[in-house]
Amino acid sequence: MNDFLQIDNISRLFGPNLTTGERIAAKLGAKVETRSVRAVSDVTLSVRKGETLGLVGESGCGKSTLGRVIAGILPPTTGKVAIDGAPVRENGRKVTTRVQTVFQDPFASLDPRMKVGDTVSEGPIAHGLTTKSEARRYVAHWFERVGLDPVWVDRYPHQFSGGQRQRIAIARALAMQPDVLICDEPVASLDVSIQAQIINLFLELTRDLELTCVFISHDLSVVQHVSDRVAVMYLGRIVELGPVAQVFGEPAHPYTAALFGSVPKLVLDADELVRFDSIEGEVPSPLSPPPGCYYHPRCPLATPLCRTEKPVTKKVSDLRTVACHHFEKQLAKAVVG
Amino acid sequence: MIEPVLSVKNLTTHFFTRAGIVKAVDGVSFDLAKGEIMGLVGESGSGKTVTGFSLLGLVDAPGRIVEGSVKLNGTELTTLSDTELRSRRGREISMIFQDPISTLNPMLTIGQQMKLAIDAHEPLSARAAETRASELLTQVGIPSAKARLRAYPHEFSGGMRQRVAIAIALLHRPALIVADEPTTALDVSIQAQILFQMRDLAHETGTAMIWISHDLAVVSSLASKLAVMYAGRIVEQGKTATLLRDPRHPYTAGLIASLPATAKPGTPLTQIPGTTPSLLSLPPGCPFAQRCDRATDRCETEPEMTLRDSRGWRCFHPVGQPAEASV
Repeated sequence: MNDFLQIDNISRLFGPNLTTGERIAAKLGAKVETRSVRAVSDVTLSVRKGETLGLVGESGCGKSTLGRVIAGILPPTTGKVAIDGAPVRENGRKVTTRVQTVFQDPFASLDPRMKVGDTVSEGPIAHGLTTKSEARRYVAHWFERVGLDPVWVDRYPHQFSGGQRQRIAIARALAMQPDVLICDEPVASLDVSIQAQIINLFLELTRDLELTCVFISHDLSVVQHVSDRVAVMYLGRIVELGPVAQVFGEPAHPYTAALFGSVPKLVLDADELVRFDSIEGEVPSPLSPPPGCYYHPRCPLATPLCRTEKPVTKKVSDLRTVACHHFEKQLAKAVVG
Repeated sequence: MIEPVLSVKNLTTHFFTRAGIVKAVDGVSFDLAKGEIMGLVGESGSGKTVTGFSLLGLVDAPGRIVEGSVKLNGTELTTLSDTELRSRRGREISMIFQDPISTLNPMLTIGQQMKLAIDAHEPLSARAAETRASELLTQVGIPSAKARLRAYPHEFSGGMRQRVAIAIALLHRPALIVADEPTTALDVSIQAQILFQMRDLAHETGTAMIWISHDLAVVSSLASKLAVMYAGRIVEQGKTATLLRDPRHPYTAGLIASLPATAKPGTPLTQIPGTTPSLLSLPPGCPFAQRCDRATDRCETEPEMTLRDSRGWRCFHPVGQPAEASV
């Protein structure tokens, strides 16, 4: 299967930056941390043109690292990413402008000393999408597109609110005329009433511009709202993948079930306080993940098999995959529950 | 009627800045009974944190409480001296902050910090203090508590650090805990564990709690009553279930409708137009009027709190009310 955005066998390790002295000391048996963190481990995904793939998981699960690898910002340790058959990185550098990123914090992602119009036009001018003399008109067009007043191009970031800054960041990404947009927690730092405005803008733009999108978020209700399919990550691995309604409605992986169950839900017609469940324990250290299935220490369905053998990714149905030895049990539970 | 643990009347905290007077908290009133949890929700800049700080007398210059009263178990807190307040803080009223990394001292072990907090109000022997500290750590769900007393904050995960902060707040069994977004920085699975424990603890110990948050869903699973703040005022208050099912204030209704959880996936969300007004230049009248689709000329005067059936709202044109009732 070759889809528009193809992510093949991506792994990304982060090792300690050791000096020569430390390397020698480690060889001689001194206590120097030489282990690497496997932030992303053998991830294979494909996204159709115009589709939005949600990526969820707890902090430290590798979702942002994966997003950066897909965007070509970080080189993968192994594996490759391709858009429409063309690689995103070649010979150690990013070779395409067809993928752009919107980051979480619009207070940190905009240069405070640059006029916002220049921030938006810098990339397009460098890549010949517009010229210096045309830049003002070009930027004004994108400002209007994201719901900003074009007369604001000469202002600085501090003159804008959080929601407006996120619109500027979106305009900057779109001005590069990408096919693929990576959104890394784009609404996490915004107020609730502003969140809705940005989500609506996102839905409108992805539809009108036919953008293919990877939407990273820890907020399951946001992901559920904007995505077509969702991938659930745990300690660098994709544990479950499928259409949003199916994955959240009838989770096949116990982790998905637990994660979804632990989100406080807004129930509007309840008379009593709403009950929700919590997952036991915490995410293990990625420096020394447990053997077998990474989730087994917290999993209610774990058996001796899970402690020794890493589950392979299996097909649940045509559209769904899961990495769990006991997914049938989990699915049966969902039906009973 | 049972005497409330906390009674706040017309609390008004202003900041006197060079740019002008910022009315961060403007006439906030509410009561809290023993063991009751109240959620205080609002967006950034709505005054929810300053309300929490005002209760503990933690507002620093250029801000000060200019009006109103805060009564804790019958004692007026706003007129107490700094020394008297200090002797009550941590003993009768304590606070849990958002960021557990900056609230714990990185140079002291958890045991040393807890001992300091105990010593501040109650002379206990080293051994008794250690027992008390480890009991509380166990209570908030920290395994092998006794050994962990010798650990430093950096040896704990974010969730565990926040549990330590909660344990410290609980050391003297205060009558009231003000918790300012204590789970916002945590993962959902850890947040759920902590919310559970807080609910049980409030029930067991009879500690009343004010849970400040921007997340309606979190608060609705924890608090039995809610107060919604906008531009320094409580615009609506009442029982959580009633308020969520049948909001009166257009702002509350807008907040609920703008959540992705209440909409069909993929459809546009209902959005509240505009942004929160600057507290420096609030227009006269209802502060929400400019963003409100129900606003009329009448909204140029400020609405008082309408109290009815143990709930209240500040609006001339409440949602879901027949026209004549909105007078």
